[in-house]
Amino acid sequence: MRAPELIAELRRLLPADCLLSDVEALRPYECDGLTAYRELPLAVVIPTDVDQICNVMRYCETHGLPVVARGAGTSLSGGARPHKDGIVLSLARFNQILAIDPTNRTARVQPGVRNLAISEAVAHLGLYYAPDPSSQIACSIGGNVAENAGGIHCLKYGLTVHNVLKLEVVLTNGQRVTLGGDTPDTPGYDLLALLNGSEGMLGIVTEVTVRLLPRPVTAQALLAVFDEVTQAGDAVAAVIASGIVPAGLEMMDNLAIRAAEEFAACGYPVDAAFILICELDGTESEVSQQVERVTGLFLEKGAREVRISRSEDERLKFWSGRKNAFPAVGRISPDYYCIDGTIPRKQLGNVLKGIASLSEQYGLRVANVFHAGDGNLHPLILYDASQPDEFRRTEELGGQILELCVHAGGTITGEHGVGVEKLNQMCVQFSEPELQQFHALKNAFDPRGVLNPGKAVPTLARCAEFNAMHVHAGQLPLPEIERF
Amino acid sequence: MRCTFMRANSRSQRSSGFDATELMGVADWSERLVERIREANALGTPLRITGGDTKHFLGRQPRGEQVDVSGHTGVLSYEPTELVVTVRAGTPIAEVQAMLNGSGQCLAFEPPDFGSAATIGGIVASGLSGPCRPYLGSVRDFVLGVTCVNGSGEWLHFGGQVMKNVAGYDVSRLMVGAMGTLGAILDVSFKVLPVPEAEQTRVYEVSEDIAIAKMNEWAAQPLPLSAACYLTNELRIRLSGTEAGVAAAVRDLGGAQDPAGSLFWRALREQQLPFFESTDVLWRLAVPPATPPLGLPGDTLLDWGGAQRWLSSRQGDEAIRAAVQAVGGHATRFRGGDRSLSVFHPLAPGLATLHRNLKNAFDPAGILNPGRLYEEI
Ligand SMILES: Cc1cc2nc3c(=O)[nH]c(=O)nc-3n(C[C@H](O)[C@H](O)[C@H](O)COP(=O)(O)OP(=O)(O)OC[C@H]3O[C@@H](n4cnc5c(N)ncnc54)[C@H](O)[C@@H]3O)c2cc1C
Repeated sequence: MRAPELIAELRRLLPADCLLSDVEALRPYECDGLTAYRELPLAVVIPTDVDQICNVMRYCETHGLPVVARGAGTSLSGGARPHKDGIVLSLARFNQILAIDPTNRTARVQPGVRNLAISEAVAHLGLYYAPDPSSQIACSIGGNVAENAGGIHCLKYGLTVHNVLKLEVVLTNGQRVTLGGDTPDTPGYDLLALLNGSEGMLGIVTEVTVRLLPRPVTAQALLAVFDEVTQAGDAVAAVIASGIVPAGLEMMDNLAIRAAEEFAACGYPVDAAFILICELDGTESEVSQQVERVTGLFLEKGAREVRISRSEDERLKFWSGRKNAFPAVGRISPDYYCIDGTIPRKQLGNVLKGIASLSEQYGLRVANVFHAGDGNLHPLILYDASQPDEFRRTEELGGQILELCVHAGGTITGEHGVGVEKLNQMCVQFSEPELQQFHALKNAFDPRGVLNPGKAVPTLARCAEFNAMHVHAGQLPLPEIERF
Repeated sequence: MRCTFMRANSRSQRSSGFDATELMGVADWSERLVERIREANALGTPLRITGGDTKHFLGRQPRGEQVDVSGHTGVLSYEPTELVVTVRAGTPIAEVQAMLNGSGQCLAFEPPDFGSAATIGGIVASGLSGPCRPYLGSVRDFVLGVTCVNGSGEWLHFGGQVMKNVAGYDVSRLMVGAMGTLGAILDVSFKVLPVPEAEQTRVYEVSEDIAIAKMNEWAAQPLPLSAACYLTNELRIRLSGTEAGVAAAVRDLGGAQDPAGSLFWRALREQQLPFFESTDVLWRLAVPPATPPLGLPGDTLLDWGGAQRWLSSRQGDEAIRAAVQAVGGHATRFRGGDRSLSVFHPLAPGLATLHRNLKNAFDPAGILNPGRLYEEI
């Protein structure tokens, strides 16, 4: 369909202020947090009620018009990047907290509500919403559901999928369905779990009910300094093996430490090879016991120094560098590219060494800051987009790192999603019948393929091409690195 | 070492730590299963997949030729520092728990066995969790990955052995509670947790509405609650965690200690309390936890802090379902009654269509446990 016709049609379905079609107005929507991939949509719709969404979906399905849902646009995988022949459906005006139920400990919110706004709204009840992505001041709960977002506290309190109870969803045919419920489970297939992490491919989330947890009595953080990656890796394993489940356990390498210190003046030791930040929460006596045990374990594994937060201010200071690590790295390099693989914890040392060799081979610096407690790596590749060929090499290096993760028994994405950027690596991680099963599943929800087409799951043709061109199995990159 | 039955792709992690001789038998086994399903798919023969068949009473009347997966046993990998275990579907739950306990860990969703033959595949397919569910999570919360054979006889692997994984749709969790209608499960990876250092059960004599209020009030506080149940004027809670944490909670919450607490929770999980001896139909009602007493005719036991209510009753299906639906809940006829009728709560029309479409996507010939969950899937 041609753009003018489409826009005329959308104008009939929506009030004038719910539709953008001027190029200048479309510009802010051309990419998400992965700014290297840009595309202008034909139009952006910003509905204000669910009926409008239903009408738009029905119309788009009838005409086979691509629809890309958009929350806050902080996705790091291009999940919210527009389709050039379709529309963006922004949930920005669905920004109300609809109900808070203190007795059943739930909050019912619209999808455009910011992650942090939920915890803020229930703080007076001693409750909070646990998953806390670093982007929590900006990202929307609808986007969190679509990406199954995680955060520092997910080690102990679970990912988005563990903390969402109910979704209202509009299907591509305009029908509304409720997935999950206010009950601990619902009859039939677990479609609620399926929607989490489905990257806007199965339906438009129009309402989210989340579980609220009681705030722990107290929390303390430790900051441990290591000279060797193996020591830091062993220290992570030792804590997990001890039976303690920390509220958070994060690692940063020297490049990230220096960047963070420069940015946030958080008192990090800039000569350290690695630091671990470990948070313990619970009752006063529980926390003081665990602080003692974890300190012992860190020292036993070779920590040069262990700092213990003595006040709430100090605890927040320990975290401030970690929480600002991305923007901090953004300041020491013109551009950076965030990778998101997960590996078994025991492979931390091996994979970090592998990343270091790859970094050297490609001549691109890599800063590591990540969720060590659950093996979720975030190597940040530093590059300069204005240099010819640097982005291409960055992408290639990113791909190599992800394959390293797969070979170490891990996965190509822990929390950022496949989006547009990891389609090739999906071909490495999944077989043809598995990919076919994904396509069949998508088809069960969206038979005309209008939601976020071309993302999350590669076509079999693409994989055939990729696998044919790709150094594979017998001829892996970096043959000198042990393949676990 | 690489094993021949695995596809020649790059997922080397699957071959790590396996025993070659053992694998040969397994190769035969899973290949036979694939063959059997392909054949059934071609001929449209319904199959009834069973593990220990301890949950034979659950769901609608099973039909089809029996395919017994209880011979597919063994632990594929277990590393305590990873908090992950991968086991074949036919492995008895009790065996897995015993092994994990040896390293101070457990399957924290407290799977009910309903018989010593209960298998891992059965618990995943039926999606049942024990008393800790509201506080620690359900079976689906702990599933990290699944290998299965779909209705077309394709060998598929989803998820993995890592804590966070959003590559592809979450088919692993979709298998949980699907009653085997989407695929025959071959092996499952779970997140495991440390066994708590200390545990104590406290009892309070209160009425049902006070019990509901208390259970919900406490759940909103940072307490180490791991179970809460109300039965005939007695509210029982279980506290699990560090010595210090449990001791502090005991001081705060008072009540009397139940020295036989752990036996009680076990009997509750296994439905061996006298309450479950009734010959009336046993209903499982899932409701928002703070829902006031429902007042349905029959005997009631409240578990999961009020969110799971067992009702032993002669009341008609329609009346029970309507009453529970009115409070935003759903009702399963767990044991007894006519199994040719709906057992699980009927689905809203939009959801029923999605269920049919999904069934069709995984099992186009409709041969896997047909009708066990709902008549049309
Ligand atoms: C600095 C920074 C730090 C980050 N840290 C983390 C982190 O710690 N952990 C983490 O998990 N992620 C992190 N992210 C990634 C990102 O914030 C998350 O993926 C987040 O969940 C995206 O939410 P959003 O509202 O911005 O979604 P968008 O970017 O707008 O969209 C993301 C995807 O969700 C779909 N979508 C959005 N809303 C809906 C809806 N209502 N219905 C259906 N589909 C929808 C879109 O189509 C798209 O596919 C970070 C990003 C940045 C920029």
